[in-house]
Amino acid sequence: MVRRHLTLAGLALGPLLVLGVFFVVPVAGMVSRGFVVDGSLDVGGVLEVLARPRVHRVLWFTLWSAAAGTAASLLLGLPAAYALHRLDLPLRRSVRALLLVPFVLPTVVVGVAFRQLLGEAGPLGFLGLDGTPAAIVLGLTFFNASVVIRAVGAAWEGLDPRPGEAAAALGATPLQVLLTVTLPALRPALVSAATVVFLFCATAFGVVLTLGGLRYSTIETEIYLLTTNLLDLQAAAALSVLQLVVIVVLLVLAQRLRATADPTVQRVQPRPRRPRRSDAGVLAATGLLLAFVLAPLLTLLAGSLRAGDAWSLANYRALDTTGENQALLVPVTEALLNSLRTAVDATWMALSVGLLITVVVTRRSQTAAERRVRAGLDAVFMLPLGVSAVTLGFGLLVTLHSGVLDLRDSPLLVPIAQALVALPLVVRTLVPVLAGIDDRQRQAAASLGASPLRAMLTVDLPAVRRPLLAAAGFAFAVSLGEFGATSFLARDDRPTLPVVIFRLVGHPGELNYGMALAASVVLAATTAVVVLAVERLRVPSVGAS
Amino acid sequence: MRSVHVRARAGAVAAITLALTTSCTLVGNDDEARTADAPGETPSSVVLVTHESFALPDKLLRRFESDTGLTLDVRSSGDAGTVTNKLVLTKDDPTGDVAYGVDNTFASRALDAGVFADSGVDLPAGADAYALEDGTDRLVPVDTGSVCVNVDTGWFDQRDLDPPQTLDDLLDPAYRDLFVTPGAATSSPGMAFLLSTIAEYGDAWPDYWSALMANGAKLTSGWSDAYYVDFTQGGGDGDRPLVVSYDSSPAFTLADDKASSTTEALLDTCYRQVEYAGVLEGAANPEGARQLIDFLLSPEVQAALPESMYVFPVVDGVALPPDWARFAVQPDDAYEVAAADITDNREDWLTTWSDVTSR
Repeated sequence: MVRRHLTLAGLALGPLLVLGVFFVVPVAGMVSRGFVVDGSLDVGGVLEVLARPRVHRVLWFTLWSAAAGTAASLLLGLPAAYALHRLDLPLRRSVRALLLVPFVLPTVVVGVAFRQLLGEAGPLGFLGLDGTPAAIVLGLTFFNASVVIRAVGAAWEGLDPRPGEAAAALGATPLQVLLTVTLPALRPALVSAATVVFLFCATAFGVVLTLGGLRYSTIETEIYLLTTNLLDLQAAAALSVLQLVVIVVLLVLAQRLRATADPTVQRVQPRPRRPRRSDAGVLAATGLLLAFVLAPLLTLLAGSLRAGDAWSLANYRALDTTGENQALLVPVTEALLNSLRTAVDATWMALSVGLLITVVVTRRSQTAAERRVRAGLDAVFMLPLGVSAVTLGFGLLVTLHSGVLDLRDSPLLVPIAQALVALPLVVRTLVPVLAGIDDRQRQAAASLGASPLRAMLTVDLPAVRRPLLAAAGFAFAVSLGEFGATSFLARDDRPTLPVVIFRLVGHPGELNYGMALAASVVLAATTAVVVLAVERLRVPSVGAS
Repeated sequence: MRSVHVRARAGAVAAITLALTTSCTLVGNDDEARTADAPGETPSSVVLVTHESFALPDKLLRRFESDTGLTLDVRSSGDAGTVTNKLVLTKDDPTGDVAYGVDNTFASRALDAGVFADSGVDLPAGADAYALEDGTDRLVPVDTGSVCVNVDTGWFDQRDLDPPQTLDDLLDPAYRDLFVTPGAATSSPGMAFLLSTIAEYGDAWPDYWSALMANGAKLTSGWSDAYYVDFTQGGGDGDRPLVVSYDSSPAFTLADDKASSTTEALLDTCYRQVEYAGVLEGAANPEGARQLIDFLLSPEVQAALPESMYVFPVVDGVALPPDWARFAVQPDDAYEVAAADITDNREDWLTTWSDVTSR
């Protein structure tokens, strides 16, 4: 018993330490500055902020826009997850990689591309969506549908089709099969994906500001304004606490919804089947999503190929320069290399820590208390997704500067921060799969004389390899696209691509703007290629059923 | 059995913890040395904290390093507001030696918080005209630029319509739906434009903004969004010929023959911004900091400011680039609001502004 607990503690120690130093300490440091006014604790002031009518409006808008964004992402993402992971479609790997692209694009550039489409003078201007909440929800969906496709697709891919086929043979309609067999089996993955998407939507920042025309505020944009513009740390702390409360409530709810009586699922690797006529609806929905994702991307691509009034590659040729009038300190090409290097580091960090966490939270618990501890740990590592990047960024600045924690200027800070953001995605992708493994398989392996390591290699690894690759692609993409925390922490001589793009967009000069578009296209293409390459790494399973 | 379990796991934990803490990473730790000077020794580097618009020709920065023997480490992020707040938050343990980029809308917050030490720098002729009333000893003016309404002159010519001249004119129904501005809460030129209206209309400014919004003004989150997406001369397909931008912007919108600019700044609508540099209280290398400020005021850097950072020099006798001399016209008499007033009222103003514009 004691040993079990020691194992649990030992395994959890590393990840907890990382989270403590790079997340809990900075956020607590920042929030505490709001609570302590002139050296004395002032809780009343913080509570007063929470009573403001404006705060209630902001909270309400955050909740409903995130809920709407999540619902739309699920609606558009689920058919695509099915079509791209279960059907034998031509180019499905490439399409999957393409659909992950929006996820990494800097919001500042996508926001502009969206506005060129939806704005008064744009081709979709007649819809009158510019500056409306609908535009915000569309933007959120654009960025997050790929999360659903990836997270749910990974689980769907390994789902045994036979129960569904049996139900169909017994006369169930396709809808009945979906509702009574497939979705219940996918529930853990669905809830996981929805939780992550909700957190992303609730903390979205650039999308809300750019597409909402400043008329709408979320908790995240409000914290940004209060911290960077007004330095009203008390109000910012109040909102940070509010944000934390919302997230904790959400995570508890998700935990309840995710828990199934028996998470064990039969893992198989069914071959994708040819599309049938009955798949028409799913294919149409996938096509719609593709068109929706492609429209802003094509606007971007077209813009990057314009110089003056003519088509040209000038913007691309300029990428090895520092831009018009020295807009940059290093050429865009060098920033791309920085981005790739950083992403490799962030990926292995997120994967190793994520794997540890997954092992800890998915092992069968023997007591209720133990189960609660594991569930709690699971939730704790989701927190970085839900907390404002501004709070974290400023927090790192004010706390990490003394003694052993003097990491403020360390080049490792950027990959670590990015890994923290990618971590929840890694965990959420892996947990449903590892939780689905019947513990008796490991026991059987052990009784046949296998060491724990060997049992892990033969039982866990085959099941987890595919999701692990999916998670690696995810983590890599997150790192490539991360802007909020990176812009705070990246050193000037080592900017990442999104940081450079943001700088270019902010500098006058047609070439700078063109280069920002070209650099975004390069970022998008790099992401697609890397994700595709990672998926190609998939080798035929050894030892799987 | 179980103990094997524990050992195997513990080994894995140790391996991963080790991997995390050692430097087997691609970003590496190659120049750790220059960030930490041992106490007691003469510092060999000087750290400049600035905003992300900071840029100077590489050649000049190299020359500073070879002239002084110091390594220059530039740390830039965010806008003037972010920089100021970063300085205030880290004032007990500053992240650098010099700060450059605190402007006249944020100056008094930084001064009140005691971020800056006495600079001991002598102002060159011309620069003194931009010095703050309070705190001249600590904040040294380095550059200036004005935020003005810009107009697409060709658009108005084609329609035989006279462009507006003043803030009042923007309320004229003839200019309905033609004006776009970045928001005051999210953009520093947006804030500057709000200050123009506060300087002009005093306590009645919320009424002006109500009327402006009623006349179809459009708000965007940032300058680039307004200029590139909505403005007719921003290179995109915008449909609004009036935009809040800088007095230098016309130098960047030359017609194909390079003989004229397609845009013009309305000089009666301008708010003047001045950016300052200062030695940080508690700096590790105050002497290097002073040398860096002298460098920023040197004729070479002052002459490079327009092309590198789109701002005007403050020192007398510095020649402007040819396009600037012809097309970037500075207002003689721009709006101003006292720094202390801004610090005292910023939150109220922005709250009121947000309420008025989101109605």
